[in-house]
Amino acid sequence: MLEIRWHSRAGQGAVTGAKGLADVISTTGKHVQAFAFYGSAKRGAAMTAYNRVADKVILNHEKYMKPDYVFVIDPALAITTDVTINHKDTTKYIITTHLTTEELVKAQPLLEGKEVYTVDCIQIANDTIGRPIPNTPMLGAFMRVSDMYEIDFFKDSMNRVLAKLPQKIVDANMIAIQRAYDEVK
Amino acid sequence: MAFDKMELRDIEVWDGNHAAAQALRQCQVDVVSAYPITPSTPIVEGYAKFKSDNYVEGEFVMVESEHAAMSGCIGAAAAGGRVATATSSQGLALMVETLYQAAGMRLPIILNIVNRALAAPLNVNGDHSDMYLCRDSGWIQFDAFSPQEAYDLNMIAFKVSEDHDVRMPAIINQDGFLTSHTAQGVHTLTDDEAFNFVGTFKPMNDMLDFEHPVTHGVQTEEDWHFEHKARQHNDMMTIIPNKIDQAFADFETLSGRKYNKVECYDMEDADLAIVCMGTSVETVREVVSELREKGLKVGVIGLRVVRPFPFFEIAEALKNIKAVAALDRSAPGGAAGMLFNEIAGSLYNTDSKMLLSGYIYGLGGRDLTKTNIVDLYNELQANADAGKVLTKQQQFIGVRGPKLAYL
Repeated sequence: MLEIRWHSRAGQGAVTGAKGLADVISTTGKHVQAFAFYGSAKRGAAMTAYNRVADKVILNHEKYMKPDYVFVIDPALAITTDVTINHKDTTKYIITTHLTTEELVKAQPLLEGKEVYTVDCIQIANDTIGRPIPNTPMLGAFMRVSDMYEIDFFKDSMNRVLAKLPQKIVDANMIAIQRAYDEVK
Repeated sequence: MAFDKMELRDIEVWDGNHAAAQALRQCQVDVVSAYPITPSTPIVEGYAKFKSDNYVEGEFVMVESEHAAMSGCIGAAAAGGRVATATSSQGLALMVETLYQAAGMRLPIILNIVNRALAAPLNVNGDHSDMYLCRDSGWIQFDAFSPQEAYDLNMIAFKVSEDHDVRMPAIINQDGFLTSHTAQGVHTLTDDEAFNFVGTFKPMNDMLDFEHPVTHGVQTEEDWHFEHKARQHNDMMTIIPNKIDQAFADFETLSGRKYNKVECYDMEDADLAIVCMGTSVETVREVVSELREKGLKVGVIGLRVVRPFPFFEIAEALKNIKAVAALDRSAPGGAAGMLFNEIAGSLYNTDSKMLLSGYIYGLGGRDLTKTNIVDLYNELQANADAGKVLTKQQQFIGVRGPKLAYL
């Protein structure tokens, strides 16, 4: 069982990202689950979304998880909230920030000693898609850190997932995914 | 006017809401009369989008309240169409008056309830308060534990409800957010397979049949009211359970997926059992498998059909169990939980010496963790070992503050 927790603000696309990732993984024969905590979430409110991936049907519906990966797609949340909650020793963090990993860990001591990767998904999304929607670049970074799939396979799959969007937007997302894949450290 | 068919992959990653909306499309519902409410909104929104994209030939009626939504469904069903809608929580509460009308008029309407807590305090998350609110309204009630089941049970519900020997409205429950907003793999049927399973709608006593005028919604005082209600109950107790079994069997032939009114998991040789509904059934199944590996004889029963209540099937499934926990996800308001009461009733005049204890859990979306469930089985084991219920008969799981126990 692979478990992922997303930290996001409502409106940044964490749910869409989690569902998109689940969709891609499902095509490879694995079982998936993607869900979120909403509450009465208003745009901009901090929220979390989740993925589970397994070789057999996923029956567990508890919200609690000790994630293998934590994705933080809003830079401030790494500082203002505890993204390390329910940490286990092997948990890996991929965090959107303009800071270097060293600077980030200095700014947020909770991350000290943890396996932290950083990438500026907000900047990448602004440059490519033209809006600060950092979900797809985060998935590009995840492909690099996890080695889950070849990046070309992943991009082809995301092309299908995003197919209902205008072609220009889809193309921009592909560039964003590739850039995050290349730039994550 | 022709409509387009949709190509689906064998497995689509859908949440429970989208799965239900797709089922409404594939069944080619004629009229959806709806008023949106979280977390059920995407079901009727989905149908509306399919309609505007020409994937379904039907009418979407926007109304001013849930009371009007169900009233619109009643009118459309009486006129002679395939009808469905969706709601949750407060919306269902406002709809309740018309639910009794629909059942009393024996109109085959399909209602998706995405289960959510009832205010106050206001809460959009999942519990079964709304399911319990309308449990005696005369509707058939199914319960889905996953998006796959929300999809399948919609088709099964149309098949049962529209049968001319049944003609009763049916509810499909699914857990708010835990099913409705959780995307998982859903094995699909093709549009043709799905539609052929439910078949073309066959009207009965429809008001648009001007050759055979009928009256719906009449007044009957003490001279006939009781006979109408008694006949409906009779059909719920005698005809409808068999029709549900038949629809489950037909659906298995089509899809390979087998449903039962009482879903037993690892129950054959179990000493301890939990009875529950919704997504909790699946989480408990996972815990059962883990405890079985440690040699514990545990099982779980999921209630697939809430109404008509599968009285004898529950008694049969529990007859050799030593200790059982009834899990109710609704505030009981000064009584034992519904499942506790129904199970007690099922077992009362039998030879069972089962030790029954009731638990209230998960109100307003409070998490039911695997740890909670392991603790629960440990408590049941202690009861079984002692030969008596060592705790009070009603306890709470996962609530903060001093331990609560009653009865």
